[in-house]
Amino acid sequence: MSTVAMPLMVALPMLFTVLILIIGKFWRYIGPILGVACTAATFYLSLLLITAPDSVYQMGGWIPPIGIVMILDGLSKLMLLVVNLLAFLVMIYSISYMNRYTAQTKFYALFLLMLTGMNGVVLSGDLFNLFVFTEIASLASYALVGFGVESEELEAGFKYLILGSLASTAILFGVAIIYNLTGTVNMADAANMINAIKPNTALVFAIGMFIFGFALKSGLVPFHAWLPDAHPSAPAPVSAMLSGVLIKALGVYAITRVAFSVFNGEKVILDIILWFGLISAFVGGMLSIGQDDIKRLLAFSSISQVGYIAMGIGIGTPAGIAAALFHLFNHAVFKGLLFLDSGAIEMRTGTRDMRQMGGLMKRMPVTSLSTVIGSLSISGFPPFNGFFSKLLIIIALFQAKAYLFAGVAIFVSFITIAYYVKVQKQILFGPLPKVYSNIKEVPISMTIPLITLSVICLAAGIFYGFLNNALFYPATQAVLNQAKYISMVLGIGG
Amino acid sequence: MTVFMLDMIIFGLGIYCLIAKRHLIKKIIGMVIIEYSVNLFLILLGYRMQGIAPILSPGQDIVEFAKKGVDPLPQALVLTSIVIGLGTLALMSAYTIKLYEKYKTFDMSEIRKLRG
Repeated sequence: MSTVAMPLMVALPMLFTVLILIIGKFWRYIGPILGVACTAATFYLSLLLITAPDSVYQMGGWIPPIGIVMILDGLSKLMLLVVNLLAFLVMIYSISYMNRYTAQTKFYALFLLMLTGMNGVVLSGDLFNLFVFTEIASLASYALVGFGVESEELEAGFKYLILGSLASTAILFGVAIIYNLTGTVNMADAANMINAIKPNTALVFAIGMFIFGFALKSGLVPFHAWLPDAHPSAPAPVSAMLSGVLIKALGVYAITRVAFSVFNGEKVILDIILWFGLISAFVGGMLSIGQDDIKRLLAFSSISQVGYIAMGIGIGTPAGIAAALFHLFNHAVFKGLLFLDSGAIEMRTGTRDMRQMGGLMKRMPVTSLSTVIGSLSISGFPPFNGFFSKLLIIIALFQAKAYLFAGVAIFVSFITIAYYVKVQKQILFGPLPKVYSNIKEVPISMTIPLITLSVICLAAGIFYGFLNNALFYPATQAVLNQAKYISMVLGIGG
Repeated sequence: MTVFMLDMIIFGLGIYCLIAKRHLIKKIIGMVIIEYSVNLFLILLGYRMQGIAPILSPGQDIVEFAKKGVDPLPQALVLTSIVIGLGTLALMSAYTIKLYEKYKTFDMSEIRKLRG
């Protein structure tokens, strides 16, 4: 089963991209129909793949390391579920939201192209394909950021484009060095060779290139300059995808895969990730407080939360990685939810400036309630999911005797509460401005994703034990057990 | 070794062009130079002086072929990378045209409506 489903995860969105573009020329309503159909199919497949055994798909029957492989292990399964779940819900949301834009067909095509890239990155078993799929997803996202073609959006998009391509080039440089040292681009094969030749000066350079590239893609401070411009400028569904899953699939997932599966959890890499995480969590949190633009605040908050994930992964203990992966899942859910909420609010009020809003609770109950749930989750109130993942990260940091990091993590979670209280106070409560006295709730196709994501926020907190057994524990095992990864791909005892 | 040094100089020039120049087109040129220097680096990894094309013709000695043939894999990788670079370049040019329509300038330092 999984040998059919794995290539389909990449092939389906790619096929539908082309179909939408061709049929869209004659009938412009095809975009939403095929878009929802495709994301529903990939979401269904990603659910099926969770229970499937770990497996390797050899493209064209060529045996690795000669052929191209796709690899499905615990980590890939988790990422596939997160990516496709959010893509499906965001696609439903887009149907109504994108009505005010022109050239909608291109939006759906680019969206599916981005999904192709992300699924490919998550499944890819060799470094060069990782680079290619990263570029596919990035190119689609560069175009989507500037989709509204207003001055600010173009400026943000261009900035993102330049920095993003610089990061991609750095990743390619890293791949080239790895190829020179090991004579292969297959991750498992390269990992085998690298274990034999460590320590090596050229490897250090390759590590530096990879860290620069992936840290920029995941928006970690000090490579975050593009993120607070690009994420708010995009249309709300795209912001939700960018902040929710793109920075994780291209950044956090890729760096985890390279650090653990290729470099076998090299201490230097983990320490750098840990420090980047600390700085990101702190700086992102601090910069969020002063923002008045709601989407910009959410973007800075993403930097801060990705910092948490990076801290959990950088500490390198099983508890830390499991907590980080749980937080990754949670962040995709509640940041996706909050960006979709911000889109709903922007659609009805016509502004993103929080100072001009107020009292929306009376007028838009579903949006407001889901904003409250999202804010409570991200600031870590029990019983929502954010509380458990942050708590687990902090406990893991304490257990590893990283007291400085644990202290900063606790401090930043207070900061997080502060700015989400500000969000709620300014948008949802207080007097309703006169101009908004007759606004309505958003249409039902937009409220369904909001309600679903809110329910997941609550359910993931309550059913953590179940999720842990099904998703996070196998994912952690897959991250930490390099020997199993190598033997799975190459079919040799290692 | 010298060729790699020269390649790194091209890489450095690209970085300089990207950072120091304000003109959008010059920034794009800088970006392209960086991409090409990395492509060149990949090609150089597989290249051999007086090497032969990596196509095995009938009657050719395998050992001799393996000794003299250049490495074909980096060339295949670079082809892919060039295509990706073309896509990026097209998108960058499209962005530049749109930016010029909106701001009536190519100067990056004057294109700053966004805060911080």
